[in-house]
Amino acid sequence: MNVLHSRLKTTQDLEKLREQLRKNREEKSTYLAVCGDTGCAVWGSKTVKNFSQECLEKKGLAGTIGLKFTGCLGLCESGPVVIVFPQEIFYQKVQEDDVEEIIEKTVLKGEVIERLLYNDPVTGEKYIYARDIPFYKKQQRTLLASNWKNDPTSIEDYLALDGYEAFEQALTKMTPREIIAEVKNSLLRGRGGAGFPTGAKWEECYEVHADQKYIICNADEGDPGAFMDRSLLEGNPHSVLEGLIIGGYAIGAREGIVYIRAEYPTAVAKVRLAIAQAEELGLLGENILGSGFNFKVSVSIGAGAFVCGETSALVASVEGRVGEPRQKPPHLAERGYLNKPTVINNVESLANIPYIIRHGAVSYCLTGTEKSKGTKIFSLVGKVLNTGLVEVPLGMTLREIIFEIGGGIKNGKQFKAVQTGGPSGGCLPASLLDSPTDFEELSAAGSMMGSGGMIVMDEETCMVDIARYFLRFLEDESCGRCFSCREGISRMLEMVEDITRGESSPGQLDLLRELAHVVKDSSLCGLGQTAANPVLATIRYFEDEYLAHILEKRCPAGVCRELIQFSINEELCQGCGLCLKKCPGEAIRGEKKQPHAILGDKCTKCGICLETCKYNAVLKS
Amino acid sequence: MLNLTLNGLEISVEKGTTLLEAAKFYGMEIPTLCSDEALSPYGACRLCLVEIGTGNHSRLVSSCTYPAREGLTVRTHTERVVQARKLLLELYLATCPSSKTIQDMASKLGVTKVRFKQKHEECILCGLCVRMCAEQMQGKAIGFVKRGIKRRITAPFAKKSEDCRLCGGCMYICPACQARCQGPQEKSPICNACLNLSAPCLDYFEEAMCYMDPCVACELGTGRKAKAQS
Ligand SMILES: Cc1cc2nc3c(=O)[nH]c(=O)nc-3n(C[C@H](O)[C@H](O)[C@H](O)COP(=O)(O)O)c2cc1C
Ligand code: FES
Repeated sequence: MNVLHSRLKTTQDLEKLREQLRKNREEKSTYLAVCGDTGCAVWGSKTVKNFSQECLEKKGLAGTIGLKFTGCLGLCESGPVVIVFPQEIFYQKVQEDDVEEIIEKTVLKGEVIERLLYNDPVTGEKYIYARDIPFYKKQQRTLLASNWKNDPTSIEDYLALDGYEAFEQALTKMTPREIIAEVKNSLLRGRGGAGFPTGAKWEECYEVHADQKYIICNADEGDPGAFMDRSLLEGNPHSVLEGLIIGGYAIGAREGIVYIRAEYPTAVAKVRLAIAQAEELGLLGENILGSGFNFKVSVSIGAGAFVCGETSALVASVEGRVGEPRQKPPHLAERGYLNKPTVINNVESLANIPYIIRHGAVSYCLTGTEKSKGTKIFSLVGKVLNTGLVEVPLGMTLREIIFEIGGGIKNGKQFKAVQTGGPSGGCLPASLLDSPTDFEELSAAGSMMGSGGMIVMDEETCMVDIARYFLRFLEDESCGRCFSCREGISRMLEMVEDITRGESSPGQLDLLRELAHVVKDSSLCGLGQTAANPVLATIRYFEDEYLAHILEKRCPAGVCRELIQFSINEELCQGCGLCLKKCPGEAIRGEKKQPHAILGDKCTKCGICLETCKYNAVLKS
Repeated sequence: MLNLTLNGLEISVEKGTTLLEAAKFYGMEIPTLCSDEALSPYGACRLCLVEIGTGNHSRLVSSCTYPAREGLTVRTHTERVVQARKLLLELYLATCPSSKTIQDMASKLGVTKVRFKQKHEECILCGLCVRMCAEQMQGKAIGFVKRGIKRRITAPFAKKSEDCRLCGGCMYICPACQARCQGPQEKSPICNACLNLSAPCLDYFEEAMCYMDPCVACELGTGRKAKAQS
């Protein structure tokens, strides 16, 4: 939809346009929402969308029935997801052959197609409406709600759904001080990791006098497995942009920058489009809505390093220097981008702003715990049944998130741990499942909120191996400047690797702990200061498992290759020869119809024989 | 002027002073490997750690990069600081044992064991040479490449740079290669021996008598007497 609009000169112009757009939208209240996010794209959602377009056109329905290619709808596992509005009938795993039927039956006649309904793996029930599905029912989708209704490439959609109303209100009815007070009262805390109060950050920058100030949106999102920020930018870029403009107005900036990692080309394109649309309407530029406020926004592409998400490294990267953190203070509010006072906010933090301004701090504070208000988006991945983005009130317990929303552990396995907070977060055991997820509780438990990654692990996960995985990531991603961080992480990794090979001692475990504390204490930036978390938290909750590796040379989860053995049970083996054929190391011998055997010295412990055997004759010990 | 508390002492320093400069000025010794008065602070070696703040909110920061702030409480030798410094030095020994500077510092702080696997790196990436070249020689002939554990110092495109005038400033300032320690053998990374060699020579008092007789340094030909004779 590329309607050309003329520049809005006053708030009345904006209201008039909004009324018009609302009316248009009501006239087209029947529409198909096809999920266009990466998760569903993998399953072929683009073909589904294109086919729907053709179908509607062929049937002459294109003028009356809408079609939206939306941001993430949630249940990524069951993609491609299609929701039929206005009833909100939820179809999953839709393929192009289903499209015609959906249009004929559901869209035109309101009939439900049984076969495409979502079958909940836990309750075993089929659900017609999205709102009834347990995955959605427990969520509180404040920020993600508009993903269902919004075409992210259409500013018209955003405006019709009250978009830029908060900005208009802020600009015409509130002083910067009032805006900051509202954000402070909302107790909003930064969603990028540290949980710093957003209002206080803005106030600090507002108080500084300078000829130029900047506000930067941090969309670096380098945590493996996390995609909250990407989904917000791709699903509803205008909400983030609106938050950024309001923030800019509040602190007295005239320029905003969205810093996006290079790996997110779609998000970059969507944000650029959103900026262009806002400029065309005069929501960005000079003398916005006749208020005298000037503001422009540009996009800066990240250098692709995890550490560039750290604010001082980010500033260096935007300035075109090497993305390395520096000592703070001086804080960014004193000396930020181009040495001017600067505020950096996370994508999700900014996406909360329009809601807070529109509904007020009091309403915002109804959700959450005493010190952590509002909702938080988690990307729930790993060994849970329902993977995807979930948005819940802060303070919901891990159990509710993993078992009620996530549907529990895959393949009937046991829950072992959940890793929160990204690479430098920590793994929490089953005994903490009932603790609420808010900033304080997670830190007290030795993990952190981080940006909201949540990786669920089952009984077949080795916690020492997990510590190794995250240390490897951090070893590569440290900028390498601090000796404590560079050499410290590398030595922690060395020691953890020794443990996974059964080449360690209890004394080394103590040394590992000692080193971990020093790395945490003596590094310059947040990366080094949190790099010990994967080690400390796994030792704290799973020391038994470390000791099994060290003292008994045994990996209880059967993951660490050096510590496991494969053998064949002669009684069960039928001599079918399948494992022999599949073994990449040629480590299996045996005559046809005779019991086979594994040659220990050739075995690479890949486990293929175990997977291949139909008679359960391969044993892992 | 800014007022702060340094090891219990009320002091005042000019705005822009770093904690390291303040401590030095008041005669408190803080070990450093990557700092030099003539170069910009870099904060890489982490040996200059000090503890700032009080109670539960106290934390360690590198004094060479941390600016003095009004009302700040700074302690340079708390248990927490000393333990961190010692462990870091142990790591330095385990990484780059052939540096005399590191060996001396380790003996001085009483680091007597190395519990990590032994490596033999040539460079500790303190960045002194890079800053020397850029800030004092206007050279920019060397710089850092890559990040994390792959970080290295090299000339652009790993060739001798056009900017290099062979001034030797980089080698002069390097704590790892300027004074090679010959002591430790491959198997024992600590030598703890050579500190005694350099101390007794009274470089600054031309007329003073040396009370060390015989003196190890002079015997080895590095002491004042030996120099005076030649
Ligand atoms: C190593 C490291 C990586 C980080 N990566 C990100 C990131 O990808 N996105 C983000 O928003 N914040 C990241 N942060 C946190 C930011 O430094 C900063 O706290 C945040 O962007 C501030 O915004 P907020 O107050 O809205 O959370 C990172 C911090 C560290 C130390
Ligand atoms: S001297 Fe301060 S970090 Fe090296």
